[in-house]
Amino acid sequence: MLINVPESVVADGLRGLAAAHPELTVDVEQRVVVRRDAPVAGKVALVSGGGSGHEPLHAGFVGPGMLDGACPGEVFTSPVPTQMVRAAAAVDSGAGVLFVVKNYTGDVLNFEMAAELAEDEGIQVAKVLVDDDVAVTDSLYTAGRRGTGATLFVEKIAGAAAEEGAPLERVEALARRVVTRSRSFGVALSACSTPAKGGPTFDLPPGELELGVGIHGEPGRERRGMMTAGEIAEVAVDAVLDDLRPSDPVLLLVNGMGGTPLLELYGFNAEVRRVLDARRVPVARTLVGNYVTSLDMAGCSVTVCAADEELLRLWDAPVATPALRWGR
Amino acid sequence: MSTETYGAAFAVRWMDGVAAAVEREAGRLTDLDAAIGDADHGANLKRGFAAVAEALAKEPPATPGAVLVTAGGLLIATVGGASGPLYGTLLRRAGKALGEAGEVSRAELADALAAGVAAVGRLGGAVPGDKTMLDALTPAVEALRESFAAARSAAEAGALATVPLRARKGRASYLGERSVGHRDPGATSSVLLFAALEEAAAG
Repeated sequence: MLINVPESVVADGLRGLAAAHPELTVDVEQRVVVRRDAPVAGKVALVSGGGSGHEPLHAGFVGPGMLDGACPGEVFTSPVPTQMVRAAAAVDSGAGVLFVVKNYTGDVLNFEMAAELAEDEGIQVAKVLVDDDVAVTDSLYTAGRRGTGATLFVEKIAGAAAEEGAPLERVEALARRVVTRSRSFGVALSACSTPAKGGPTFDLPPGELELGVGIHGEPGRERRGMMTAGEIAEVAVDAVLDDLRPSDPVLLLVNGMGGTPLLELYGFNAEVRRVLDARRVPVARTLVGNYVTSLDMAGCSVTVCAADEELLRLWDAPVATPALRWGR
Repeated sequence: MSTETYGAAFAVRWMDGVAAAVEREAGRLTDLDAAIGDADHGANLKRGFAAVAEALAKEPPATPGAVLVTAGGLLIATVGGASGPLYGTLLRRAGKALGEAGEVSRAELADALAAGVAAVGRLGGAVPGDKTMLDALTPAVEALRESFAAARSAAEAGALATVPLRARKGRASYLGERSVGHRDPGATSSVLLFAALEEAAAG
């Protein structure tokens, strides 16, 4: 691994982020990243956070048109409430703060505690829970669907609405709409290695793959022998469409898990598009790349969001962050 | 029936004992977590209880209740994940239930921890049988009314009984049937809590 010692991985990454991006204010000690011009007068602020190891999520999405603040936790571990409150206080202009929370028990509990503490400090807080992963059955017998690729859609679209001056209730409602209209499915071709463990977090022999994985190196629902990109695209797209039959053209995220080359991801995107065409689902916009990652895991995920005209317009709105930047 | 009472020094000894046990067992907790979770339970608890032990050594609170409230607050502030809020709430709520008494009985400790366990259940939304820390904590606080040794044994039996269960809460629940056959890491760390409690009570 390209690290100094496992204990300083997150802090080292933040120091590097600060060095590369003077347009961000990075508090390495407190682990809070905010846009330098925060708080922006009159603007609703978006704060997200989660375990580290999913970069560029979330700190790489801080900037005009997306997040105002992000709190990275330890690798694959939710940040703590004090970080979130600190971030909220740093970005709140008085117009309120939206917490974007991925649906994992740890993230949910810590953001819940943070929301209470922030409200005690007089900050108006709303929360949106992202739970797009169809590999998890949403039932009383699970912690509910995981938040994965749709987080990027939520942060971009709600962020654009906030940038345009929409009030908190409106930004929150748009974020929920994106969640309702988004679904994802992930596949691992290799396990990932956490710095603390120093090796793979589960045993996935070459020649096999895991269908329905999350983004924390947790094993998936089913193991199979290796499949072609075309076969994987069919499984992933059908899993998504089984759950959500989009009535609008979709935003498509073909996401890399961190260890798969872009050449392969683009090839996979061609297969995903082939399958979507065959299923008569029109694609309005496509994003291909490593955006919601799982350290060095090889693999990919497919996320679609049924985008009505307003969501599409907000998706196209200008954004200027380290990892997503267009339209200015 | 024992009439012995336990003060702040006992509570500090307990927390120090947990810190030492977590340090010793971190690798095992992480390995259990790797099987059905995300391989960080040991490292996270180690970080949290090390912060607790350091703070208690620097400025030991005057009552057992205050020791537990301080420890719980620090776990919430340093651990993250689900285990930070859950263990933090357990100790904070138990500490608050103990009030300002300088010395408490084992029965009072059992009542306080029962209040803590109830708060953990409310926060996490789990019940015994879901393959979580509650499977060790719930029988342990019940058995604590009998003796410290019984509490430890009950925690161990509870943790062992998670092996055949299918997880219904937390990250292991994503695995569905594949979570069966693995021991729950949270229930396993809960055993350390009660093992350290027994040792602290022995003096």
